Amino acid sequence: MSTHSLTKASLRAEGLPRRRAVNRAMELVAWLAAALGVAILGVVVWSVARRGAGALNLDLLTKTPSVAFSLTPVKQGLANAFAGSLVIVGIATLMALPVGILVAIYLNEFARPSVRTAVSLTLDVLNGVPAIVIGIFVYGLLVLGHGQSGFAGSFALACIMLPLVARSTMEVLTLVPMSLREASLALGVPRWRTTLSIVLPQTIGGIVTGTVLAVARVAGETAPLLFVSSLAGTSLSWDPHHALQTVPVAIFELSESADPADHTRAWAAALVLLIFILFSSLGARWLATRTTRRLSTSR
Amino acid sequence: MQRPNDTSTIERSVKVETHRQPMPPRERLERIFAVEHLDALYGGKPAIKDVSMDVYKNLVTAIIGPSGCGKSTFIRCLNRMNDLIPSFSQTGSIRYHGQDITDPGVDPVAVRRNIGMVFQRPNPFPKSIQDNVAWGLKVLGLKDNLDERVERALTQAALWDEVKDRLKASALSLSGGQQQRLCIARAIAVEPDVVLMDEPASALDPIATAAIEQLMHSLKSEYTFVIVTHNMQQAARVADMTAFFSISRGEEGQRWGELVEYDATEKIFTAPSDKRTEDYVTGRFG
Ligand SMILES: Nc1ncnc2c1ncn2[C@@H]1O[C@H](COP(=O)(O)OP(=O)(O)OP(=O)(O)O)[C@@H](O)[C@H]1O
Ligand SMILES: [Mg+2]
Repeated sequence: MSTHSLTKASLRAEGLPRRRAVNRAMELVAWLAAALGVAILGVVVWSVARRGAGALNLDLLTKTPSVAFSLTPVKQGLANAFAGSLVIVGIATLMALPVGILVAIYLNEFARPSVRTAVSLTLDVLNGVPAIVIGIFVYGLLVLGHGQSGFAGSFALACIMLPLVARSTMEVLTLVPMSLREASLALGVPRWRTTLSIVLPQTIGGIVTGTVLAVARVAGETAPLLFVSSLAGTSLSWDPHHALQTVPVAIFELSESADPADHTRAWAAALVLLIFILFSSLGARWLATRTTRRLSTSR
Repeated sequence: MQRPNDTSTIERSVKVETHRQPMPPRERLERIFAVEHLDALYGGKPAIKDVSMDVYKNLVTAIIGPSGCGKSTFIRCLNRMNDLIPSFSQTGSIRYHGQDITDPGVDPVAVRRNIGMVFQRPNPFPKSIQDNVAWGLKVLGLKDNLDERVERALTQAALWDEVKDRLKASALSLSGGQQQRLCIARAIAVEPDVVLMDEPASALDPIATAAIEQLMHSLKSEYTFVIVTHNMQQAARVADMTAFFSISRGEEGQRWGELVEYDATEKIFTAPSDKRTEDYVTGRFG
């Protein structure tokens, strides 16, 4: 039902060559920008790999560092840091995951729109708070008077994870079609039961994705841990009641050492961290596409 | 949609079935809903105004009217489904067996437990065919003879023969019409008192539509049906009572729906008392 018809003349517009050129140029600029993004990641991975690969061996993961001034510096691993990171990030996930999911469920399924907007904004602000600020906050709250601990580190990381988990959960919750909730409610099933049995199962993939991304993000977080869990010994420990060494803090400390061998180990540790983050992000992305596809085909 | 030919005599496009059972006299019917002066608003803007009508037990009541006249809004008021819409508000009363269900003290979950609903778009759970019916039964505590109940509901919904060999298959693998019948089975399995249907056949082919109409015929001794439909032939075929809603316009361009006429289906389609009803059922929209 077009109101004008194309004539031969209008098909051969005047400025066509120029327009084409502008089009090409814009395309090229956009392509270059995209290439730059990829290139930066490539350069980071490559330079870390080049410097760290030499020290990357099983000992790095399984042996603890040599004690300073030791005469026989043979044990040259960072097992304590990997164990500490595992414990601290693990506990942080256990803290942030249920709270984040509950926050998202409350906001998406139960809250009034005004509350929803306000709290979502708060989550976004919390997400933007620099990690070091969260570190100082937790330092004042838990460390002053009690001393450093792995728990304090977990708590700080959980504060960073909470908005990430909540936001990503909210995102998948909005993907669940309203008609599905209505189907359940129309049977006379209570709201909470509908949420638990009908809505949540649809979002598991998305929640896992968000959690993995959040874990990847905080696994490399250094600033808050410097305050709350850095004065750790060199022995292997899994006890979060005391300060635990972590991978990012270890990288930071090794990089300040005078010994070039320490630098290499810092690169190797960074490489392990990088590989972990790359793989978890890829895994998360794969899960996310699967979930979205399933949700969109089921209407 | 058939439009009458432009002849001088108005040809009725809708034929009311002649072999239908005669409706019992109005005073012998039991009122199941008594709607009085119902206004329903979205964000303060009225969608329907001043609707008053009674719905009778064990009858099929059809709601017809042009798009946007508030048919869905009305039917969703009857089981508090609009509670889900934050901007929604209503005034007036809807008494269900004498109890005002618009009262804030009334539990909407209990209301919906008694008043089931089938939606315009089929919305099966992403579960197996069997679980679609069985899940509600389990959650609502109707756990005895589960398989039997599932089979009966699927049979009543004219779906059993088509799915009995693949009850464990995903409900999403069914065709649209089969999904809709599954939704009907799901709704009647939990033994509600009233079944509300919002254009249940709009996505169905004539055979599936006929199956659903047949289902209402055979089940209305046990249930009460309220059905929204765009299809006037369908209303004429299945409904005992028909309510015609229309759109009214205010001076400042506001639009809202209102109940124009509510009577026995035969009367609505053969001798409507309002000009607007006549125009609508004869296909001359105005
Ligand atoms: N969730 C909503 N929020 C705001 N306005 C709404 C909402 N739902 C319906 N309305 C408005 O209320 C009026 C009545 O809508 P309703 O869906 O009840 O009409 P209907 O008669 O069912 O139409 P149709 O035949 O097209 O389904 C319309 O003007 C519509 O825009
Ligand atoms: Mg509608």
